[in-house]
Amino acid sequence: MTEKELEILRIIEEDARIDFNTLAKMTNISEEEIEAILKKLEKKKVILNYSAVIDWSKVPQAEQVTAMIDVKVTPKRGVGFDEVAERIYRFSEVQALYLMSGAYDLQVVIEGKTMQEIARFVSEKLSSIDSVISTTTHFQLKKYKHDGIIFEEGEEDRRIVVTP
Amino acid sequence: MSQVNVKTKSRLSSRIQDIKPSGIRRFFDLASSMDNIISLGVGEPDFTTPWNIREASISSMERGFTAYSANAGVLELRQEITKYMYQRFDVDYDPETEVLVTVGASEAIDIGCRAILDPGDEVIIVEPGFVSYSPLVSMAGGVPVSVGTKIEDDFKVSAEQIRAAITEKTKALMISFPNNPTGAVMLKEDLQEIAALAEEHDLIVFSDEIYAELSYDNKHFSFAALEGMKERTILISGFSKAFAMTGWRLGFVMAPPDLLAAMLKLHQYSLMCAPTMAQYGALEALKSGMDDVERMMQSYKQRRGFFVESFAEMGLACHMPGGAFYAFPSIKATGLTSEEFAEKLLYEERVAVVPGNIFGVGGEGHIRCSYATSMENLQEATKRMNRFVSKYL
Ligand SMILES: Cc1ncc(COP(=O)(O)O)c(C=O)c1O
Repeated sequence: MTEKELEILRIIEEDARIDFNTLAKMTNISEEEIEAILKKLEKKKVILNYSAVIDWSKVPQAEQVTAMIDVKVTPKRGVGFDEVAERIYRFSEVQALYLMSGAYDLQVVIEGKTMQEIARFVSEKLSSIDSVISTTTHFQLKKYKHDGIIFEEGEEDRRIVVTP
Repeated sequence: MSQVNVKTKSRLSSRIQDIKPSGIRRFFDLASSMDNIISLGVGEPDFTTPWNIREASISSMERGFTAYSANAGVLELRQEITKYMYQRFDVDYDPETEVLVTVGASEAIDIGCRAILDPGDEVIIVEPGFVSYSPLVSMAGGVPVSVGTKIEDDFKVSAEQIRAAITEKTKALMISFPNNPTGAVMLKEDLQEIAALAEEHDLIVFSDEIYAELSYDNKHFSFAALEGMKERTILISGFSKAFAMTGWRLGFVMAPPDLLAAMLKLHQYSLMCAPTMAQYGALEALKSGMDDVERMMQSYKQRRGFFVESFAEMGLACHMPGGAFYAFPSIKATGLTSEEFAEKLLYEERVAVVPGNIFGVGGEGHIRCSYATSMENLQEATKRMNRFVSKYL
């Protein structure tokens, strides 16, 4: 990866909506080159998506519950954890799935409308998979920070307006 | 007869009366009387001090480090400062005898002047420059002598310009690169001819390098790193800009032992020591803050790219500032003076900038715009400035 590509990635990770003209001025790279770089990184699946970070707790119609589930599994000969991981991440309720070191194997992040919905997912979908040995479900109570963004950021500009 | 005396005798010293009211202050009053302004007038980072630094300072208080420190500063901090300056800028100082932790670079400038100046001694100040130099030289009994730099020279100063200002009274030279307000930088080869001149005329050189970390195109080169210059340099720096620690009031000065001892004498009587809790924050800054410095530097650099280019679109000449976080465009094309421009821009478009004349000779016809503000603010401010400037071009 080139320095230019890295710099562009760092900027759009913070603000994916930045326009090419501004980006070009900030980086001293031409708009055409930026477009080409982005295309290339999309194609290589370095950039997967341009999404917004939303605080859904502020949207009354969109109340949702997030749970992190620790899952212990028996790995399969030959494919290890990948096969059972795939069976799990294909469920649309699953927001994230990680293979972990330590006391359990997979961490599943799942979103549902209610606790019941999540409980049903765990008992009916997750626990019933053959290689799943056990699950431990943790419900998120409050989001303080997500993807590097602090949700209730109280830091406004406290500087006085003109200083030497 | 005694009555006449009482009436004519001022309560204030003539030295303080001779100092002009601060131009920054006047603009501050104007700007703060208005709502909804976008300020490009702020001479400090828009970042809050990185959390690990704040946390270290809080923890030092919890652990009870609330007493005076050694006059020169916490020894461990002085050791870290010398290590840091050696690694980053190739200058080699002794933490025991050649470093003093000050209440900001501001104090360092003050005690440096007071330590070396006798009444009437002249100090050549390269301008446009930081607003404190000239008043602090005057308050120390010295005579400030301005040498102006120009946009055509990228606001660099040449040895010839300085030579023309030297008299037998000249005691010292004050330089600061990267520069506030011009953003100018001087490379090693630029500084070399000035070093030769300092040698020739036996000048003490104040080198205020507080913006050293905010150098975007070339690595900063310290004046004190030039062959033979350490002996005559008062090297001033601090934590305010690079580590976003302006409110902590912490800086440092490095100088040969005789000069440092003189400054320490003043410092111990007027300040005792720099705030202890701030010193523990600074210690953490040096130990683990360089990634944050790099991150903030990159961010300024990107904003610089965006912002400086926008002046060309407005039709204003602006040199590419190599460091600090200021653009210093020429507004001569508008036919307005710096003060008129800044005032009208404030009233008509609610954008605060600082008129260049405040920064001394060479500043008239320019405005200082700080890009240490959000991209959002910069985008909106350039839109408004564009609209404003187009009325005059
Ligand atoms: C060139 C220069 N020197 C010194 C200072 C003062 O810095 P400190 O906060 O360390 O006193 C400033 C602050 O604006 C500055 O721009």
